[in-house]
Amino acid sequence: MRYTLLLYTDPADIADMTPEDWEREKEIYGAYIAALQEAGVFIDTDWLHPADTATTVTLKHGGTRIQDGPFAETKETLGGFFTIDVADLDAALDWAAKCPAARTGKVEVRASAMGSA
Amino acid sequence: MNTGVEARITEVMCASYGRLLAILSARASDIAGAEDALADALARALDHWPRTGIPDQPEAWLLTTARRRLIDMRRKAARVDPCDALPEEPATAADPHEAIPDERLKLMFVCAHPAIDPALHTPLMLQTVLGLEADRIGAAFLISPNAMAQRLVRVKRKIKAARIPFRLPDEATEPNRLTAVLEAIYGAFSLDWLSVGGPDDLRQEAAYLATLAAHLSAPDPEALGLQALICFVIAREPARLRDGMLVPVPEQDTALWDTSLIDQAAHLLTRAAQAKRMGRFQLEAAIQSVHAARAVSGQTDWRALSQLYAGLRQLYPTVGAAVSHAAAVGEDAGPVQGLALLDQIAPEAVAGFQPAWAVRAHLLARSGDVSQAATAYDRAIVLATDVPSRRWLEERRMAILAARVI
Repeated sequence: MRYTLLLYTDPADIADMTPEDWEREKEIYGAYIAALQEAGVFIDTDWLHPADTATTVTLKHGGTRIQDGPFAETKETLGGFFTIDVADLDAALDWAAKCPAARTGKVEVRASAMGSA
Repeated sequence: MNTGVEARITEVMCASYGRLLAILSARASDIAGAEDALADALARALDHWPRTGIPDQPEAWLLTTARRRLIDMRRKAARVDPCDALPEEPATAADPHEAIPDERLKLMFVCAHPAIDPALHTPLMLQTVLGLEADRIGAAFLISPNAMAQRLVRVKRKIKAARIPFRLPDEATEPNRLTAVLEAIYGAFSLDWLSVGGPDDLRQEAAYLATLAAHLSAPDPEALGLQALICFVIAREPARLRDGMLVPVPEQDTALWDTSLIDQAAHLLTRAAQAKRMGRFQLEAAIQSVHAARAVSGQTDWRALSQLYAGLRQLYPTVGAAVSHAAAVGEDAGPVQGLALLDQIAPEAVAGFQPAWAVRAHLLARSGDVSQAATAYDRAIVLATDVPSRRWLEERRMAILAARVI
């Protein structure tokens, strides 16, 4: 059985973290990933840029609508996720618009923060 | 400091800011980093050039220096985070004999990208393409400089984090992208339009952006239409006010209009028409060309204006277009017909819209209903947000009441 773990954090909790705190955090996560790998249960992971860098795509009301900001309505709830590797946001938005979920709901697109400055 | 050199540096920076920033930002979608690198290159120029003389290709010098600075910044960032994956900036000097490419249209497309809050398209474009300070942008948008600066910092962070690409969209599949760029430029143009020559007036900046968009977009007929529209309106600027009071276009002294600018606008509109793809900005420019024709014919062709506004309402329906249509029909067919059109607009859409009350008042006065007209003028006066418009409305109100007494 494949399970997806969705990690929720209050941005206020991490706002005051120092570079040293981040280093420690990375080590903790590194250890967790290593533990998952060792157990043979690891598939993929990522960490994301903050929610205010998000873009939301929907086709629900006819035509592709792209909006600045994270998904914010309460009616729809998170039902899954895809991780894709493409050149830039335009390519990611293209794929988001093709995602079946965009036809009936919304797809929030956020870039990976892994490996960026 | 040699003031001649300083003046030359300022001149180079004014002329090249957006060009250099567009090139420096593109690789990593990093506008903030490019701004820092460019500021650093400028500081170096101010330090070196008075001693070494101004280089033959000052733009290339600034570009090379800023690129080196970007590489330094990224190396530093990479030391902090070894998984830094940003692509390398070419370290080689820009070939002084090769023209620096103009990538500003790509930068404009980034500024007006659908993933960016539309309210920030115009401010971002003014800051990045023209190098305007957040203070001035904030003043024009009636927002504190700090708040504006913060919003711009945040949006640049998003562009970098989300990696919004510096590219020219495919016109066939993404036709709305250029429209967004043109709307952002028009947004700068239509800000606080009565503060002529004031510190908040961004019309010349908008005119420059429109010229740039038309020049760099092949040219697109709508970009030409926007440029023509802006030229027509700026050409009438000297006639817009008399003794601090608004003068409506049909009553302006045409001798004060800038005829060479009007000719230029008419030429742009003709060029746009060759593409045979009508759009909102071409129609709005065509409306202004009808007004401009009064300089030659001596009268306003209200029939032509009625038809053009009817077309605009179909193509780009707004309350403003509906009200202007009613005004034109009121002059052409008569006040009763104009008022009938006004009554067709949803009341809640015009309740707080000053031009709707001004047009209603004018048409009521012409149909002989002076007391209703005075009431409508009262409403328009309350809603007027600028002094020249308010003074004009007060004057009109007094005039119709005085005429009744006689």
